[in-house]
Amino acid sequence: MANSHFFTNLDQVFILLRDWLVGFLPAALRPAAGVVLGVVVIVCLFPGLFALTTVFERKGLGRIQNRLGPNRVGPFGLFQPIADGIKSLTKEDVVPLSANAAVHFLAPLVLVVAVFMGFAVLPMGRNMVLVDMDAGLLFFFAMGAATELSVFMAGWSSRNKYSLLGAMRAVAQMISYEVVLLLSSVSVVMIAGSLSLPKIVDAQNQYTGIFPHWYIFTPWGLAGFVMYAIAATAETNRSPFDLPEGESELVAGYHTEYSGFKFALFFLGEYLAMFSISGLGTTLFLGGWSAPFSFLAFIPSWIWFFSKVMLSIFVFIWMRGTLPRLRQDQLMNFAWKFVLPFTLLNLFVTALWRFMGEGWLRWPVCSAILIVAYVLMGRAEMRSDHFGPRRYRYAE
Amino acid sequence: MLGEGILKGMAETAKNFFLSYVSKERMTTVEYPEERIPTVEAARVFPFLVYDGADWQAGMRCVACQICEKECPPKCIFIEKSKDKKPDYVGKPQFYPTRFDIDVSVCMSCQICVEVCPFEAIKMDNEFELATGDRFGGLLYDRHQLARSNEYYHSVHPTEASQVDARLAAEKAKIEAKSKAAAQAAAAKAAPPAPPAGGGS
Repeated sequence: MANSHFFTNLDQVFILLRDWLVGFLPAALRPAAGVVLGVVVIVCLFPGLFALTTVFERKGLGRIQNRLGPNRVGPFGLFQPIADGIKSLTKEDVVPLSANAAVHFLAPLVLVVAVFMGFAVLPMGRNMVLVDMDAGLLFFFAMGAATELSVFMAGWSSRNKYSLLGAMRAVAQMISYEVVLLLSSVSVVMIAGSLSLPKIVDAQNQYTGIFPHWYIFTPWGLAGFVMYAIAATAETNRSPFDLPEGESELVAGYHTEYSGFKFALFFLGEYLAMFSISGLGTTLFLGGWSAPFSFLAFIPSWIWFFSKVMLSIFVFIWMRGTLPRLRQDQLMNFAWKFVLPFTLLNLFVTALWRFMGEGWLRWPVCSAILIVAYVLMGRAEMRSDHFGPRRYRYAE
Repeated sequence: MLGEGILKGMAETAKNFFLSYVSKERMTTVEYPEERIPTVEAARVFPFLVYDGADWQAGMRCVACQICEKECPPKCIFIEKSKDKKPDYVGKPQFYPTRFDIDVSVCMSCQICVEVCPFEAIKMDNEFELATGDRFGGLLYDRHQLARSNEYYHSVHPTEASQVDARLAAEKAKIEAKSKAAAQAAAAKAAPPAPPAGGGS
């Protein structure tokens, strides 16, 4: 059938293109050249996506606040990122006299490199994964942990109290939520039985009737996804967890002393981290590159992956436009008293789901445990003193 | 339940997001150089010198008393007093400023010069587009650049200007009545004393 052949080719268009280009080289060089080509595509594609996201974020936030947003540079303000890029390239690169020059210089590079490494294991479409690692998930989290290092490098080397405070907050926050991020992913690993991201997607790429077997459509998957989303927001320092760079109290947190293109690199790193963590969330819970309904499976897999990632980015922006920033103690209490216990319980529920086997009984049992726990923990933890307005003992 | 407030907030922002494309009334901002919001009457930006009549030099109300120069907190006013005198609005000879400069880059729009002026000569303008490419000469305004007619004052601050006009007219009438009375008294003094009418005791 010519039609289905066309869609199969469209689905694999990037693989075919790569193979065609690599075919011009001698056979010995082909594997290396293929990888280099993949790296070049990733390194070009995601910054381009970042540029588009910045302008859409500003326009979206504007609309959320009943404003127009940027609309002067080019049609609908779409060339705004070009203007911003030229501006950050031509700005003076100021390094504080008392800063540790080498570490100060390295911090943004380490951030961007570490974040880019995460994309290596993300399956962005059928057969479209740069390195098919058996422990891809582990690699991704190892690289995610390296971003914390760069944030602390930036804050520590700047020799500025705002930077250092921002870095301290960032490290405290990222380590707290890293635990949740890992544990909520572990439940997926328990069901899929693999740390390899393509295998996790394959496990979800099945249909009952027209409905897919995405993990978000199971009780433990939904709970895990919500916890993953909370932890991902905190990991990428996005509002409402943007304490490390809280501009109203810390100027810009750990990147206070960065100007010009180094600042742009931090900005890029933040958005790339958003893309990669959304990509991982998509892979783990939203079925990766698989179509939402079986009859839509003819649409190329990479279109599904990128639409799911952009949808997550939209939710990130939407949350930023809605929620005010948390206080440091609220953030910590939320992580250790609500999110972490709930994720641990979710691990237990996942195990229950696994061992109750196929059948309808596991649905009500697992849902009931999670809902009851959510309500009770919400009452017990969130209604306590820690989360109300702050009370002053002496100042009132 | 936990998270209810977040969902409510998200619904609110989603409503803003979509309805801002539909209804123009929701928008809180205008596209500035093309569209403008009319300035409110009480707006004040930078002082100007008021003159009556058509000729800015003849009608200038300022008498170079230099009170504003002394009171100005950032000291942005420079005045040079004239040697000769010219008649003011009631016809009384007064000094006038041969130089009256205000530095826009120093002025902080506090309106103290307006408050202290006893002659209603300096008032606040609401013109705010004062940017210039020449940051040395272009930001120092001389008396000609500062002069604005009383009609202009009426156009930017109508209520305040009518009050000022009424006050000045009352003062002028008072002075005229006084001078008339003085003239009458002088005339009466010069004339031979009239016989007492009706006879006093």
